[in-house]
Amino acid sequence: MALKLKVNNVETTVDVPPDTPLLWVLRDVLDLQGSKYGCGIGQCGACMVHVNGVPTRSCTTQVGSIGDQAITTIEGLSPNGTHPVQVAWEQVDVAQCGYCQAGQIMTAAALLSQTPHPTDSDIDTAMSGNLCRCGTYLRIRQAIHQAASAGTSGAAAPQK
Amino acid sequence: MRLNRRSFLQMSALTGGGLALGFFDSPFVSAQGPARTDLSPRAFINIAANGTITLMAKAPEIGQGVKTMLPMMIAEELDADWSKVRVEQADLDDHFGGQSAGGSTSTQGNYLPMRRVGAACRQMLITVAAKRWGVAEAECTTAPSRVLHGKSGRSFGYGELAVDAAALPPPSMDSVKLKDPKDFRILGKPQANVDIHAIVTGKPLFGIDCKVPGMLHAVIQKCPVYGGKVKSANLDQIKKMPGVRHVLIIGSAQAASAGASNSTIEPGVVIAAPGMELGVAIVADTWWQAQTARKSLQIDWDYGAGATQSTDQFSQKAADLMTAAPQNTLRSYGDVNAALTGATKVVEATYAYPFLAHGTLEPMDTTASYKDGKMELWTTSQSPAGGRGQVARALNMQASDITVHMCRIGGGFGRRLTNDYMVEAAWLAKQVGVPVKLLWAREDDIAHDDYRPGGFHSFKAGVDAQGKMVAWRQHFITYGEGQRYVSGGTLDAVEFPSGRVPNYALHASAQPLILRTGALRAPGHNAYCWAIKGFLDEVATAAGRDPLEFHLELLNATPVPMVAEAGRRGGNDTMNPERLKGVLQLVAEKSGWANRKNTPGHGMGIACHYCHAGYFAEVAEVTVDARNRIKVTKVWAAGDVGNQIMNPSGAESQVHGSIIEGMSQMQQEITLVGGKAQQTNYNNHPLLRFRQAPAIELFWRKTEFPPTGLGEPALPPVLPAIANAVFAATGKRIRTLPLARSGFSFA
Repeated sequence: MALKLKVNNVETTVDVPPDTPLLWVLRDVLDLQGSKYGCGIGQCGACMVHVNGVPTRSCTTQVGSIGDQAITTIEGLSPNGTHPVQVAWEQVDVAQCGYCQAGQIMTAAALLSQTPHPTDSDIDTAMSGNLCRCGTYLRIRQAIHQAASAGTSGAAAPQK
Repeated sequence: MRLNRRSFLQMSALTGGGLALGFFDSPFVSAQGPARTDLSPRAFINIAANGTITLMAKAPEIGQGVKTMLPMMIAEELDADWSKVRVEQADLDDHFGGQSAGGSTSTQGNYLPMRRVGAACRQMLITVAAKRWGVAEAECTTAPSRVLHGKSGRSFGYGELAVDAAALPPPSMDSVKLKDPKDFRILGKPQANVDIHAIVTGKPLFGIDCKVPGMLHAVIQKCPVYGGKVKSANLDQIKKMPGVRHVLIIGSAQAASAGASNSTIEPGVVIAAPGMELGVAIVADTWWQAQTARKSLQIDWDYGAGATQSTDQFSQKAADLMTAAPQNTLRSYGDVNAALTGATKVVEATYAYPFLAHGTLEPMDTTASYKDGKMELWTTSQSPAGGRGQVARALNMQASDITVHMCRIGGGFGRRLTNDYMVEAAWLAKQVGVPVKLLWAREDDIAHDDYRPGGFHSFKAGVDAQGKMVAWRQHFITYGEGQRYVSGGTLDAVEFPSGRVPNYALHASAQPLILRTGALRAPGHNAYCWAIKGFLDEVATAAGRDPLEFHLELLNATPVPMVAEAGRRGGNDTMNPERLKGVLQLVAEKSGWANRKNTPGHGMGIACHYCHAGYFAEVAEVTVDARNRIKVTKVWAAGDVGNQIMNPSGAESQVHGSIIEGMSQMQQEITLVGGKAQQTNYNNHPLLRFRQAPAIELFWRKTEFPPTGLGEPALPPVLPAIANAVFAATGKRIRTLPLARSGFSFA
């Protein structure tokens, strides 16, 4: 069945059953493989994308339920990987194996868009749905704080 | 075969006029001992005419950071501009020698050979520059990616020299001059993961991201009981489902012959390669179609002998074995009975820990393509050469007809040493005749792991009137037959406190097991370190001693050497007590151990361990609420892995990861009922979550010893450090893991 999707600001049509998980449409049909399969039951967050800006687990989201809502994946978070969260992730050297990090970044980016200056408690709440088997949690926290500071300085610059 | 022990460099001009350097020797020398510092033929370095330097990363990258660290070693001695170096993952090639990830061996095994590769190349670039200038080589130096002549102020970029350098005879590896580490520009400085930009932008790097033209996707429904097989399955129905191209019963030779006589086997049965788990494979256009079709599978299984196994039965059998005479004595000296009889205080306890799954976040996967008798694999193996051998044996192929590409790996932790999925993918590709990507579902991964084996330890120790430990008896109940124990279920006769107590006995008994087991990060150590160091804390408490001081006293004892026996060398263990004391004292100082105040609901615990050539001591601080929920507020870690930390960023990551993984292990278990694993996914085999991670403060104690690896040694001590802290906070001992079986949980 043909479904219209808006992914990373591009309108596209996919021919899949509407109960197909969005994750597998992204990975196997649209060739957007940054979102990862980890558990398939909404436990790990490796498949996290934004649907209308809201962090959403694509492994448990049926593609037919999305309609005209805008989907953003890690590939569309920024041109050239320049989102403050991506920049901070590089500066802090967060990743170990790296497999979960696209999902971590998508969750962190959504947090900062809602809460530009999160407390540690805010970060705990937002990030505890994303698992990291390698144990990069401390660096993730550091990178989120760093991205929040960079976001502030970035916003302040045009006012000069 | 005549062995050529002398290492030398071979060079070849690559297309584009670059320089390629390889580090040569006979690969057969490696069988003669660990001292080998050479590698077999392969280009590690390419310098393009425009100055771009490409370095090959030879080992599998599982998150331990070797794709960054090993090229750093080359770049350091090459004196390359690290910010402009490109790193490429090497394919498996016999000429590389060791290309594996395991045992925390990459640092110690590669520190000199990789540096020599870089140093030899630098020397050749200097030779070319000196000749062009007509000056002595000794007057030339290098700055990052340039050769300099200080007297005249002239310089060449490496790219300007590369083609001529490629034509030079290479220097002997034994004679190349290495830098004094105090002059290092790259090693010892934090360097970011070379793939970090690709990771944060979601580029396809991992095994799961592999795409080959014409590729189909596969899942395998294995028998839920290890060793079982398919009696019949509704293949015809599955074949009609959307996208499904092939459905195969992976059968055993015995099942097939039985099927021929009594027709209980459906058409479509294909004989498994030796060692494969049996079940049904579904190959479809997309993975989701294969996985969806699988939900309609109806399989009549013959579960086999494994179906009689259960965790409760294992525990009962272990209790029986503990009270029976030990089957095996691993070590015994002194007179433990007499010493226990004469002891002022005797302490006894039993510790038990469960089977665990690895649960790497990227499930098991391999893409395989078989054409004209040749196999090409894109895999996620920690031991790709071993996997190639397994595929060759399983499919009756020559290893030389199998090409192995190494993808970035979404976690290893020992799971990817066994390559079962690599064999399955290769077998499937050969069966269906088109490229196949096999991806296990998470549920397959948890149910068909090579599990960390569970185990049981009963301890009895005696202390004298002065509070000194005078006797230690330990009976280890593991799995196996006779004196052959399962992988991951062994205990070394020299494991602490062996040799450091005047009267000592270590016994072992085993019960049979029909299940795959294997290495989980710090194998063996991740289990018995918790039991031994937890019990040691009990003995110290009973003796009225500070656990730190009690530990130091044992480390100060003159060790009782092992007596040489058949198949076993005598002498002392390889542990250097001064180094373990060093990290204990450092972590005690940094954590304020001497001034700690344990109060109800708040406590600190300490533990140390030596394994994989590394020394770690850790102090955990916990609070425990009225519902026995543990919050680990902070862990202090002190480590000694020799005189050089290669990449402080990666090194710290390994310690963070070890501590957080150790905590995950404390809350996980795999239990069997009717031979089937009861756990299925991260919801019931849980990883530690973000909010549960403690603050971690890490201190290095640099010593004069050669550098060693960090994948594993920081993990074991965190489990007993936390358990001992919980005792300090609550007066309750955690003697059974997971925590829930001792009435605790992580908050």
